[in-house]
Amino acid sequence: MSEVYPLSTAEPPAAKILLEATGISKSFGPVEVLKDVGLQLKAGEVHAIIGENGAGKSTLMKILSGHLAPSKGALKVNGEKIVFTGPVDAEKHGIVLVHQEILLAPDLTVAQNIYLGRELRKGLVLDERAMADGAHRAVLDLGADIDPGVVVNRLSIAQRQLVQIARALLVPHRIVIFDEPTASLTPVETEALLKVIAAIRKKNAAVLYISHRLPEVKTIADRVTVLRDGQLVGTYAGADLEPVDMARLMVGRDVSKLYPDRAEAKTGGTVLEVEDMAVPGFVKNAGFSLKRGEILGFAGLVGAGRTELLEGILGLRPAHGTVRLKGKPVHFRNVKQSMDAGIVYLSEDRKGKGLLLGQNLKTNLTLAGLDRFTRGMLIDAKAETQALDKAVRDFDIRTRNRDLLAGQLSGGNQQKLLLAKMMLLGPEIVVIDEPTRGIDIGTKEQIYKFINGLAAEGKAVIVISSEMPELIGICDRIIVMRNGEVAGEVSGEHMTEAEIVVLATGAKFLAA
Amino acid sequence: MNNITATQTARRPLSDIDLRAVAPFVALAALLVFGALINPNFLGLDNLTNVATRSAFIAIIAVGATFVISAGGLDLSVGSMAAFVAGTMILFLNSGAVSGDTGMIAAAMLMALATGALCGLANGLITTLGRIEPFIVTLGTMGIFRALTIYLAEGGSIAIKSQELRAAYRPIYFGDVLGVPIPVIVILAVGIIGAFIFYRTRFGRHVTAVGSNEDVARYSGISVNRVRTLTYVIQGLCVAIAVLVYVPRLGAATPTTGLLWELQAITAVVIGGTALRGGVGRIWGTICGALILEVVGNIMVLSDLVSEYLIGAVQGAIIIIAMLIQRSLGRR
Repeated sequence: MSEVYPLSTAEPPAAKILLEATGISKSFGPVEVLKDVGLQLKAGEVHAIIGENGAGKSTLMKILSGHLAPSKGALKVNGEKIVFTGPVDAEKHGIVLVHQEILLAPDLTVAQNIYLGRELRKGLVLDERAMADGAHRAVLDLGADIDPGVVVNRLSIAQRQLVQIARALLVPHRIVIFDEPTASLTPVETEALLKVIAAIRKKNAAVLYISHRLPEVKTIADRVTVLRDGQLVGTYAGADLEPVDMARLMVGRDVSKLYPDRAEAKTGGTVLEVEDMAVPGFVKNAGFSLKRGEILGFAGLVGAGRTELLEGILGLRPAHGTVRLKGKPVHFRNVKQSMDAGIVYLSEDRKGKGLLLGQNLKTNLTLAGLDRFTRGMLIDAKAETQALDKAVRDFDIRTRNRDLLAGQLSGGNQQKLLLAKMMLLGPEIVVIDEPTRGIDIGTKEQIYKFINGLAAEGKAVIVISSEMPELIGICDRIIVMRNGEVAGEVSGEHMTEAEIVVLATGAKFLAA
Repeated sequence: MNNITATQTARRPLSDIDLRAVAPFVALAALLVFGALINPNFLGLDNLTNVATRSAFIAIIAVGATFVISAGGLDLSVGSMAAFVAGTMILFLNSGAVSGDTGMIAAAMLMALATGALCGLANGLITTLGRIEPFIVTLGTMGIFRALTIYLAEGGSIAIKSQELRAAYRPIYFGDVLGVPIPVIVILAVGIIGAFIFYRTRFGRHVTAVGSNEDVARYSGISVNRVRTLTYVIQGLCVAIAVLVYVPRLGAATPTTGLLWELQAITAVVIGGTALRGGVGRIWGTICGALILEVVGNIMVLSDLVSEYLIGAVQGAIIIIAMLIQRSLGRR
């Protein structure tokens, strides 16, 4: 993919310093999440901030954008010392933050959201026409053609993200902070966003860019600042750092081997066969088979129907077609039936469909497998506590306090908790949708190892992912979907990004 | 009720106590102190047992409402349902279908429980299978149950005709065991069973899960519709149990039976610390909430600080204040 990204200039122009932070510290109660961090942001540069989850990136961004006040340290904008009273104050100084979470009113239209709180008026009435035109132009600038009159809850997650970015960029800006903007974007959408960022840079504004996708950072960033455990590791010229170096600096040890060795796949008999599967509105005529001990990948653009196909098979959506489990025809009417048959599904939407964010770890852990913790009618609280202890050990869930709510864990630890929850069911087939979305590199490595271990135990694993290197790194075979159909399958030497993209898009633009 | 707070919190270290769970009990204790200061008769055993007895209907119904609300639902029909169940129960008592007063009363009780459960089932099935907002569904059934009662009563009231039956049934409201009024025993029994189901069983856990996040529950293999429907059945059963205690009090069902009980029940649930958006339920808090409502009314009657015609206004203010307190404790 790297050839399609705009190339970064080796050195930022010897430009003036737009923003300077010195000695920034931030404590929440007794916990110090940032210690004496300094940063300079120059006009016309893309400055990436990288670090593991919990390294303090988001806190630093919130301080720079006025959402949080630092406990210690000073900010200078254009050489003048400044204390932000809030995000609106920071916006007045031309600093805008594009949030990681989607903060849009789902029942309002794209145009209404983009102009929310700064509506255009003609006299007393709203100037709908001007707002629709302005909104359309704003999304077109991002390389997306979204109808400004469409209601936001009918958009895909990726489209919502673009609307959110368009909304942020409507403010006159000199510094734009992106907090993991590409976490839910497909390669094509990511490419469009990177072009937008290049355009912002050209206008002599500065971009602060947080991402876990290191190859992306490599292609876009002029300079890279690395944080670890709330402290500054250093700021480096982007040209001098390879993704592997970035990972090493972030984690503090060598992680050149992100993907585990895939021992010559010792696959067994076929456990799952799917033919002529249709999920109305999403998938038609899909089929595949899965063997014991195999890791099967599903690639495709967002909206290609990968998630819907698997959800249809597992009884989470209405679907019809032939499914054979170990040779026997089955039809799962709800997910309970597929769980009982030994298949579990880990949703890509960890926060919305995977975990109860407002409940504690124990409740979450045992929710799907509660049968195993009940004697007669009673829940065995002691067994639940033991199960949590074991899960924390086995899955390396890092938490300072067992009574925390699931929503208080970092993304990586939430994913580990979700894995632990589903593994309690003792499944034979494990389906993981976007296993490492929004997860830092150290945890990614752990999750890959874990998936590999499942296959080695003889379980069959399906991984759905939008990150092609990930699929190529851990899968034995990859099925590529396009527009709700299986576009093809790649394995062995053919598992390359180029071949997958050609199948996923159906176009040959990359060959040119 | 204070000793219940003690046993609930004694097991855990002091620093772990969730203030939101304790707040309703602290409020009740403060009210008791306040009442004692205003009128020395307030803390008399007679007065306090009276207050507890009168809170029985709302307390029992509100335990059911705790299930419905914790699962993310709402039931506005409980007041009319109570009138309907009471009316049909008395009509059955008057039919003389079973010989012997005790047998007759027992049969009528079973019939009332079945009626309540069926009414709840109807609410639950229409809400889940029809995919209609519970607010709308139970607003509809609220009108239906009320009108059916008035229709059965032909616009008047339905009373137990047989004086012997009345006399035989009377102790269920007016009687006591070792000095504890039977309605208070029923509150405790419903509370214990409710708390057992809610905190200790798989079903209770599923109720919390469904109320926390329906999608997560579904993806965890929980039948969301089944859980939701069952909460309405539990609500119907609780309404019926309240009716069992209510009928011997007046021996009649009138068009005003159960009027505005839904508001009081929801108020008790919210004061007790249950989240109206679902996912957090507190059975003992709910019972405490029902007691608070009754104690406030009692204090207003015993004192001349505020006209007792303003009881509704004071109760309305209490629910708002309770929410503000919960909010500020939650933000800690």
